[in-house]
Amino acid sequence: MEHIVIIGNGISGITAARHIRKLSDKQITVVSAETDHFFSRTALMYVYMGHMQWEHIQPYENWFWEKNNIQLRRGYVNEVDTANKKLVLDNYATIHYDKLIIATGSKPNKFGWPGQDLQGVQGLYSAQDLETLEQNTKDINRAVIVGGGLIGIELAEMLRSRNIPVIFLVRETSFWNGVLPSGESEMINKHILEHHIDLRLGANLEEIIADENGRAKAIKIQETGEVIPCELVGLTAGVSPNISFLQESDIETGHGIKVNRHLETNVPDVYAIGDCAEQHEPIGNRRPIEAVWYTGRMMGETVAQTICGNKTPYNPGHWFNSAKFLDIEYQTYGWVHSDLRKPEYEQHFHWMHKDAKKCITVAIHKDSGEFLGINTFGIRMRHETFDQWLTEKRSADYVMEHLKEANFDPEFFAKHEKEILQAYKNQLVTA
Amino acid sequence: MSNKIDHTMSLANPTPAISNQQKIGLGLGLTGLFIVLVGIFNVNLPSATAFLTIGILLLSAGIIIYARALYAHHPEGIKNNHVWTKSVSSRGFWGWAAGVLLTTFYIILYFYPQYLGLGSDGKANTGVVALFDPLSYLLKGQPASQWFVYGTLYTVAILAFGYKFILKYRHNKYQVVRTISVMFFQLGFAFLIPEIMSGLNNAPNAPIPFYDLKNMWPLNYYLFYDWNIKALLNSGVIGTAMLVFGVLTIFVISPVLTYFYGKRWYCSWVCGCGGLAETAGDAFRQLSSKKLSAWKFERWSIHTVLVFAVLMTVATVYTFLGKNPELSIITRNQFTWFVVLFLGAVLSVLLIFKRKSFDKDAKFTAASIFVVMVGMLLLNHFAGEKNVFFFPDHKLQKSYGFLIGAVFSGVVGTGFYPILGNRVWCRFGCPMAAILGIQQRLFSRFRITTNGGQCISCGNCSTYCEMGIDVRSYAQKGQNIVRASCVGCGICSAVCPRGVLKLENGKEEGRINSDAVLLGNDVDLLDLIQQKN
Repeated sequence: MEHIVIIGNGISGITAARHIRKLSDKQITVVSAETDHFFSRTALMYVYMGHMQWEHIQPYENWFWEKNNIQLRRGYVNEVDTANKKLVLDNYATIHYDKLIIATGSKPNKFGWPGQDLQGVQGLYSAQDLETLEQNTKDINRAVIVGGGLIGIELAEMLRSRNIPVIFLVRETSFWNGVLPSGESEMINKHILEHHIDLRLGANLEEIIADENGRAKAIKIQETGEVIPCELVGLTAGVSPNISFLQESDIETGHGIKVNRHLETNVPDVYAIGDCAEQHEPIGNRRPIEAVWYTGRMMGETVAQTICGNKTPYNPGHWFNSAKFLDIEYQTYGWVHSDLRKPEYEQHFHWMHKDAKKCITVAIHKDSGEFLGINTFGIRMRHETFDQWLTEKRSADYVMEHLKEANFDPEFFAKHEKEILQAYKNQLVTA
Repeated sequence: MSNKIDHTMSLANPTPAISNQQKIGLGLGLTGLFIVLVGIFNVNLPSATAFLTIGILLLSAGIIIYARALYAHHPEGIKNNHVWTKSVSSRGFWGWAAGVLLTTFYIILYFYPQYLGLGSDGKANTGVVALFDPLSYLLKGQPASQWFVYGTLYTVAILAFGYKFILKYRHNKYQVVRTISVMFFQLGFAFLIPEIMSGLNNAPNAPIPFYDLKNMWPLNYYLFYDWNIKALLNSGVIGTAMLVFGVLTIFVISPVLTYFYGKRWYCSWVCGCGGLAETAGDAFRQLSSKKLSAWKFERWSIHTVLVFAVLMTVATVYTFLGKNPELSIITRNQFTWFVVLFLGAVLSVLLIFKRKSFDKDAKFTAASIFVVMVGMLLLNHFAGEKNVFFFPDHKLQKSYGFLIGAVFSGVVGTGFYPILGNRVWCRFGCPMAAILGIQQRLFSRFRITTNGGQCISCGNCSTYCEMGIDVRSYAQKGQNIVRASCVGCGICSAVCPRGVLKLENGKEEGRINSDAVLLGNDVDLLDLIQQKN
């Protein structure tokens, strides 16, 4: 029987395993160095904050794997020997494979900052990082977070839940403004301050200063030279593919593992999916490496089809994503670019509620009036509806007229569609 | 590493120390509770009116001050920090202590009311019950009973903890409206109206019995007990109207509302048991088991209670008809065939119209109906003048009242909040919930919609589902959630960090979409996956 080996038990690898099992009775082995069982990486923060215990962030009960005949192996893969189709683990055990799926995810970026490997300096990505964070935040007086992205703001929220003072260094002039249009980014700036997080915009890390025991005791800001005492430094300046174990192998890598649209690497019978995969050519407006939960899941579904005989290209539909910034939920459908990266043809309509907790930005094609995408903060919207409107290439006018059909807020919530439509019409008149 | 992050061994203190304002709230609340309950220790407080007022005011003020300390000073949003690191809400020492105290209280209340000071044989009340006499006289001109004490404390708990709940979820209007509703129904329908009405001098020697209009059979299992029917029929037009209303709620009002809104219209908007669970029990909702094995147990236990409740009731009515032909409009035989035909009709509708969606829940329901039908026929065949099922009917009533009414719904259902979660009774025992549940599953417009592919499998929805539904297992596949047990509290939707879940009433068609796949992939792949399913 064909043996499918999957390295990595995150959302990509596990989705692949589940779908291969649905489609076939092939032998499936999942190897992980991180944990015995699959857990939701996006939920690590909730364990630290006490919303859930570890067992709650495991989407399947522990009996699930044996019942579905998916074998789980704990171990770190040191070597991928593609010539002999075998893996060598850190305990020198070997695993033979017929087909190999690499789904090893990411690791936090470190940009060569002095002191970046000191004790008390860490990223937040893995289960081990969470344990380290427990140790590193014992009785501390202050934490500094470096890097204003999604993980940075989550780490800030986590630390604030334990009343740890947080200084948040963000390189950009406004939070996540490489992705968010300025109105939204500025609204989140204010919300961060409301949570008593000391947000420092336009601030880069110069160095991390050690105490006599080799622990971080302070950081220095490049722009001002200010030295801030702190016992934890969270490095959250993005992630990059976790592929160092492939250095000696024949598998072609760039930033990530190079794959074609069928998620095949340059070596036959070796596939790569999820955060660690890098498309030769970006797909549409997407980046060649997509470190997103949803794309990992889609790649897992796709590769399972290919492996089970229905050769299928990775062909993601309309872009969507979501996040939560402290108390403010964010969803996006289609493409809305930040002011910094906005293509020439993209025009924005922006509406903000008076309480500055809700806003939307609609991207419109300047010439055709086509609806290109929407960012929504504090108002839930229906994925299916926007997916359909994007497929039908609806005009922005149509979308704004029908916005209430896409509303996904709970019953009794205040509705803002009328106000939004009015603002949209006014803006068109004045524009 | 071990997969378990054990916070009791944690190096960092995950739970910040409680604030001074919290301490004041706790102190006041416990003082109030002490004043109200000190009578258990054979202490008779002077001036019941003053001490009762002070006790209840302190109790309420304590809860309100504590709630404000917890939630009022933070921005609006989900407030679940430290739920699993605090001892009281994670089955730690204080959780078990609260469980033991609550259970003890229920055992005394149900089985040893004399310790609360209930006067027997015409003697005056003492202790706790005596403390409540002034309020009871004020409302209905009679001395208090242990049930009056319980009803008062129950109402205070729903109102004060209801305030806490509203403050916690003040950003979520569904939660606010729903909680105001349970507070209103508890205060008005379950407490003030029946207490005041039962004090009215309606007919000589035939007072209107205590009747909570919203408390439906079979949750209100004594609705058809002979003493209750007699009392209702004897107290004139009002009593008869109440009995008619009771029957109407069961057979007309409830099915219609459940069809349009799901069982939530009752379980998390109106019901008193649900009201206490949602307010005082909110701190324990995460303790319900989400294991598949718990779901299997739930199907057996809730349907067993349902069969027990129905058989006990029909047997009661059956004997009533035999003993009181002058009060009856039908004979025993007619009644038997009416019940059998009615249930047969329900069963036929199930089998004919819903055979395609006949899941395990539906099978359990069909089996339950069948067992009751057979039971009814046996009853008619074997019943003598004074017994049913070979027992005197009052024995059947007594054992139901003891096992289900007292032990299950009271002692276990509420006493075990801090151990098994706040909906133990509603999930495993309530026969009303079983009936509404099967209707919700098969004949209703209600569902929880999953928002396309936006689920990140984080588990907040499942963790905070008080009914122990593994919401995530549906959401991460893009499926809607249509479960018999769902009481529609809406907390899964509230705690979801990505806006994935929405409680909705809509067309029945496509409501249960077990073939659904996640949005996100291109259309071809979706077709392929659907074909393979």
